[in-house]
Amino acid sequence: MTLHESSLDPTHAAFRRVLESGLGFSHVVRKGEAFRIVDLEGNQAVDTLFFSARDTAERYSAVDTIRRQGAVYLTTGSALVSSEGNVLLTITADTCGRHDTLGGACAAESNQVRYALDKKYMHNCRDNFLLEIAERRPELSKRDLTANINFFMNVPVSPEGELHFEDGISAPGRYVEMRAETDVIVLISNCPQLNNPCNGYDPTPVELLVWSA
Amino acid sequence: MPESSEWLHEEMLRGGQMASLVLKRGQILQLTDVDGGACLSVLLFNADFPLERYNMPDTLKAQHIARLTAGNVLYSDMGRVLCSVVADSLGWHDTITGVMDARVMTEKYGVGSYQALRNERHRNGRDNLLVELAKFGLGKRDFGPNVNFFVKVEPDASGQLRFITAHSPPGSSVELRAELNTLLVLSATPHPLDPEPRYLPKSVKLSIRAGKAATADDACFRSCPENARGFALTEAYFR
Repeated sequence: MTLHESSLDPTHAAFRRVLESGLGFSHVVRKGEAFRIVDLEGNQAVDTLFFSARDTAERYSAVDTIRRQGAVYLTTGSALVSSEGNVLLTITADTCGRHDTLGGACAAESNQVRYALDKKYMHNCRDNFLLEIAERRPELSKRDLTANINFFMNVPVSPEGELHFEDGISAPGRYVEMRAETDVIVLISNCPQLNNPCNGYDPTPVELLVWSA
Repeated sequence: MPESSEWLHEEMLRGGQMASLVLKRGQILQLTDVDGGACLSVLLFNADFPLERYNMPDTLKAQHIARLTAGNVLYSDMGRVLCSVVADSLGWHDTITGVMDARVMTEKYGVGSYQALRNERHRNGRDNLLVELAKFGLGKRDFGPNVNFFVKVEPDASGQLRFITAHSPPGSSVELRAELNTLLVLSATPHPLDPEPRYLPKSVKLSIRAGKAATADDACFRSCPENARGFALTEAYFR
């Protein structure tokens, strides 16, 4: 894994927001703007979807992204490809080194399957997505919640076809930064999962920053 | 192997063709790669309530897998099992690399228009599946990660992917049993990573027979504790 730093100065950012774990968030990032997610305290999964702001039926596609780059993990240089085959954003800096796009978002129902039937009450990413779009993005609905990116999450796959959720490889202050190639809606759940090591069993805040083009 | 009289329905999908069908709970769909090297791209929905649909990440993480084979199940986004993989001669079916679209198809094979080729025209998985989805009032927003039966794209230790040629010999087959009433939308069209430079879509035979939904002694039910819970949620849905 190779790490790449950014030259952008957070004090010059046009937008800064600290997002607690367990909260949803959405924001429009314009073409040419830089968008950074900072893992403030380390080992925090940030479940993220992108939509074309012009037509939300065009959206981030995990499978098209994976196929186009011929690799399962995301890092510097990864083009985040849409369902129409266009590049929505490009990852331009990454001090973590690897991000997942196969593990998806936790949900009340999938938590029941994965952990125990009585885990349905626990907070989860899909509920964050659903509340955020219900409140602030009426053009979106459950139909639009497809396989997302999990920034800072470590989900290795093996040549034998296995997949595992493992301890994070991130650390306090590590970040990933991307350039929007078109106007995009960013939809985030700062993951509240307590049943696996994706957040080190201790979900923590992240910082979101946008620099003007 | 059942006698031919036991099949409720048999249909040959010509290479390049798409189809859709509803597999009722308990019924078994056998897919056969007639000539070898097929790619059958499939999207799955709860036929009674299509907002519930196949979820690739939930399927993979519940079973700790990055491919599909016998003993695995295909999860919906509501914690229920749409279909179980009850038999498989191959050991690996892809669900992480998507389908070809018109742009990639033209770059790869050149123009293969209807005007020039009539019904031998080049067809791609994305357009085919969009047409078939539309017959059920579904569209682009319902087009998530699909399954590519008979395809293997293998990751190495660093996550780099390699398309495995000649993965599926002639006569390869896989069987799906519906655990929910399942709408399947299918396209028998080349995989975008297949290095074959000519447009040579392969046929897939679809055969449906009667069966029974999984019980607690079923291999898919027993393959991991997650699946026992997934089947419990599925059972509860029909109670």
